[in-house]
Amino acid sequence: MNGAAQRPWQNVTLALGFAFLYLPIAWIVLYSFSGYATDGGGRFPSLHWYQALSVDDELLDAAYRSLRLALLSSPIAVVIGTLAGIALGRLERFPGRSVLLALLAVPIFAPEILLGFSFLMLFAGLGAVTGWQEGKGMPTLVIAHATLGAPIVASVVFARVLGRDRALEDAARDLGARPLRVFLTVTLPLAVPAILSGWLLAITLSFDDVVTSSFLAGPETTTLPMAIFSSLRVGVNPEINAIGTLMLIGVALVFTAAFAVVSLGKRAKTRPVG
Amino acid sequence: MTGNSSAILVLKDVSKAFGGMPVLQHVDLEVPRGSIVSLLGASGSGKTTLLQIIAGLQEPDGGKLSIDGRDMQGVPAFARPVNMMFQSYALFPHLTVRGNVEYGLKARGVDRHERQRLVAWALQLARIEEFAGRRPDQLSGGQRQRVALARCLVMKPAILLLDEPMAALDRGLRAQVQRELISIQRAVGTTFIVVTHDQEEALAMSDHIAVMDRGQIVQFGEPRALYERPRSRFVASVLGNINLFDGSAEALGPCRALFRTSEGLEFVINHEVDLQLATIDAAGFRPERLVVSADPAGVANELPGTVEQVTYGGKLTRATIRIAGGRMLDATLVNVRGSTGACLTAGDAVHVGFPADAAVVLTE
Amino acid sequence: MTGSRLTAVDRATIAVPLAWMLALLAVPLVFVALLSVHGVADAIPPIAPLFGRTDGHWTLHATLRAFSLMAGDVLYRAAFVSALINAALTMIGCVAIGFPIALAIAQAPRSRRNGYLFLAVLPFWTSFLLRAYAWIGLIRDSGPINAALMSLGWIDHPVPMLFTPAAVWLVMVYSYLPFFVLPMYAVLEALPAELLAAAADLGARPAYAFRTVTLPLALPGLISGAVLVFIPAVGEYVIPELVGNSSTIMIGGILWDEFFQNRDWPLAAAIAMATFLLLIVPSFLLRRWIGPLGATQR
Repeated sequence: MNGAAQRPWQNVTLALGFAFLYLPIAWIVLYSFSGYATDGGGRFPSLHWYQALSVDDELLDAAYRSLRLALLSSPIAVVIGTLAGIALGRLERFPGRSVLLALLAVPIFAPEILLGFSFLMLFAGLGAVTGWQEGKGMPTLVIAHATLGAPIVASVVFARVLGRDRALEDAARDLGARPLRVFLTVTLPLAVPAILSGWLLAITLSFDDVVTSSFLAGPETTTLPMAIFSSLRVGVNPEINAIGTLMLIGVALVFTAAFAVVSLGKRAKTRPVG
Repeated sequence: MTGNSSAILVLKDVSKAFGGMPVLQHVDLEVPRGSIVSLLGASGSGKTTLLQIIAGLQEPDGGKLSIDGRDMQGVPAFARPVNMMFQSYALFPHLTVRGNVEYGLKARGVDRHERQRLVAWALQLARIEEFAGRRPDQLSGGQRQRVALARCLVMKPAILLLDEPMAALDRGLRAQVQRELISIQRAVGTTFIVVTHDQEEALAMSDHIAVMDRGQIVQFGEPRALYERPRSRFVASVLGNINLFDGSAEALGPCRALFRTSEGLEFVINHEVDLQLATIDAAGFRPERLVVSADPAGVANELPGTVEQVTYGGKLTRATIRIAGGRMLDATLVNVRGSTGACLTAGDAVHVGFPADAAVVLTE
Repeated sequence: MTGSRLTAVDRATIAVPLAWMLALLAVPLVFVALLSVHGVADAIPPIAPLFGRTDGHWTLHATLRAFSLMAGDVLYRAAFVSALINAALTMIGCVAIGFPIALAIAQAPRSRRNGYLFLAVLPFWTSFLLRAYAWIGLIRDSGPINAALMSLGWIDHPVPMLFTPAAVWLVMVYSYLPFFVLPMYAVLEALPAELLAAAADLGARPAYAFRTVTLPLALPGLISGAVLVFIPAVGEYVIPELVGNSSTIMIGGILWDEFFQNRDWPLAAAIAMATFLLLIVPSFLLRRWIGPLGATQR
């Protein structure tokens, strides 16, 4: 109901909820600017840890590797997931539908270790038979992350395609467009917002993966999550705060850019013609 | 306490604006107890907002509202003796028909025996006893409407609000549902306030009609009075078609005047005894009052014309007739075999008569 | 498309993902299942081959050693139970914290909802490891929470919060929150506002209307979201490893140790498959509420 009295419990809930959600974020950012002093005390604010980060080759290499991995695997995840989401959303029945659904559900429901294990088996087996890569390394990681990311993309695209206006595709067919053209000019463009958010989710997933990476990474392919993970087992390392803050800024920039593009697009569409 | 005890609802100077846009402006309304009143207007006229304010689902920005003498300021919806039948019915999908109907009674803490008695009465009144155990998604549109009605009636409200009750129904059902609603209202005696954009519905169902335009009530009265004596062009055209002419009148005799249109036509018209001739600025004739014939019929104010277009409508024929000066008239004729209406075709030369006592006179 | 012929484009959209997932997920899972009946050996990889040649015959060296080990040792059962309890507690925490948040956003004025949703989701676009790390930094003995409590005079020495079961619970709830909040919000937002207006019109006070209208209609979505948290939480490895202690060994940790440390791959495979199957069964039962890919069934 619009304009109803603002119920205080809602505002309290939101305030507390957001405080809880952002407390760790705040700590990451603030602590990244803590200085370093031999007597154990900090000096605030200071760029000490950012400087330390800039010369920490191991961590930087790992970060770069993870970025490459995410940018290589996410497009594949997007292709697989988008096709699956469109198929599931458009066609109520087809041979293999339940199999596809079940397979897409596995990464959501199965323990991560089982998944990592499976991938290792697959690639180790392949490696043994074909001599490829010994079943480890970047290519295997790309394929594994693509497989893990596809269900997320599929889920988002599926939801969007399910709720679409079928009349649009019918209209295209009525006007004489063949199936491929309908797909490329109507189905796909309508799914774009879902595809984009699915893509971002796949990237996030790739950055988060520790377990599968541990199974598949070779000695030269430590990823950022793996580096952070092993560093964490030793203790708190403010360099990680620095990297975290940089990641946060990156995410914020991507979001702002996306938001700007979307609203510019909307404004362009509502400008009077001519 | 307001003075008029036969008014169940009194609105005084009610206003409401959304984000700076006025939706209701200085609305005054007195609804007689036990009557059916329609709020008739186009979308954007503010009628639905007015209904929601009466129900307590929205608060007015200004003005007073009292029900049965009680000021409703600050009284929330759940405490008002008013119930609303929503346009989409808003039936609770997780409850059966019986569950829906007894919801309000349960919410108000009515004890079980009394509840059962009242629910049985309401189910019977709305003729839905046989699907008391079904869920809303197992019912047709008409059945759902009756459940919504029963759910309201069981609360024995002082006022029952109906938001576009016919909108979701098939055309064929509407006349029957209208009759049922009227007979239920007469049986129960609750005051009904109906929001509608359909003038036929308003004319058919109401004891009184409030015509709304852009947030104001422009005329309130009985259907016949509004139809035959509209007070403005807007009301004249909202309640049915009318052939309107601008012009002025001069006296001819007792209750007779000569109306000269701005196009130079002259009509002899009868008018009310207390009408100030100088204030007349327009006069019109309803399509069904025009007399159309092939030969001159000797009716007052006869003019020659040519039939432009004929539309067959089952029981009626609508014709567009062009008269001198290029003016187009709408005429409606009954299709009785052999009558003019049944035989008219485009291109025919006809004579159009404007009976003096059929004139609808408008003042500034 | 309702059951009519499939075009070539349709077939492509089906075949490509199906082939990929079969090859890269189904096939390896079968391998893992097979692995569980292999014997161990001192080799790389540390498994004895399934087939061997003796006297010119092929023989099958399948063994149920892994399964009998798994069934026999109390440790594995305890770890599994511990994982179940932890997942259940996480689920309860996510519902308890996530439901009010989802409700508050859904009931906020329409213009603000997207903004609130964005704010609620933004933290989770950062790496989840980073967030777990942040909690370590916050709750450790030398962290700001203890510092604040001490400066307020409420405690004399730091309260050990890190490396406790409570820490595991806290970080898991925090990490799994969006899996509950987003679907829960979607369900609540889809409830027709008119129903609440009708309830009020009929005489229901806000609390009564919430109990009798909002809650029953939101329940399927709530259960679906809860299950979406519970099931993956059972197999969680990273969080208990980072912030837990030896008493919080769960099935994830067991699997990791069996694989990487004890190098008993068949046993790890057996445990992993058993866990997986034990989770699949309830999710099939709950299919009524969980639609495809975890979306809520209408």
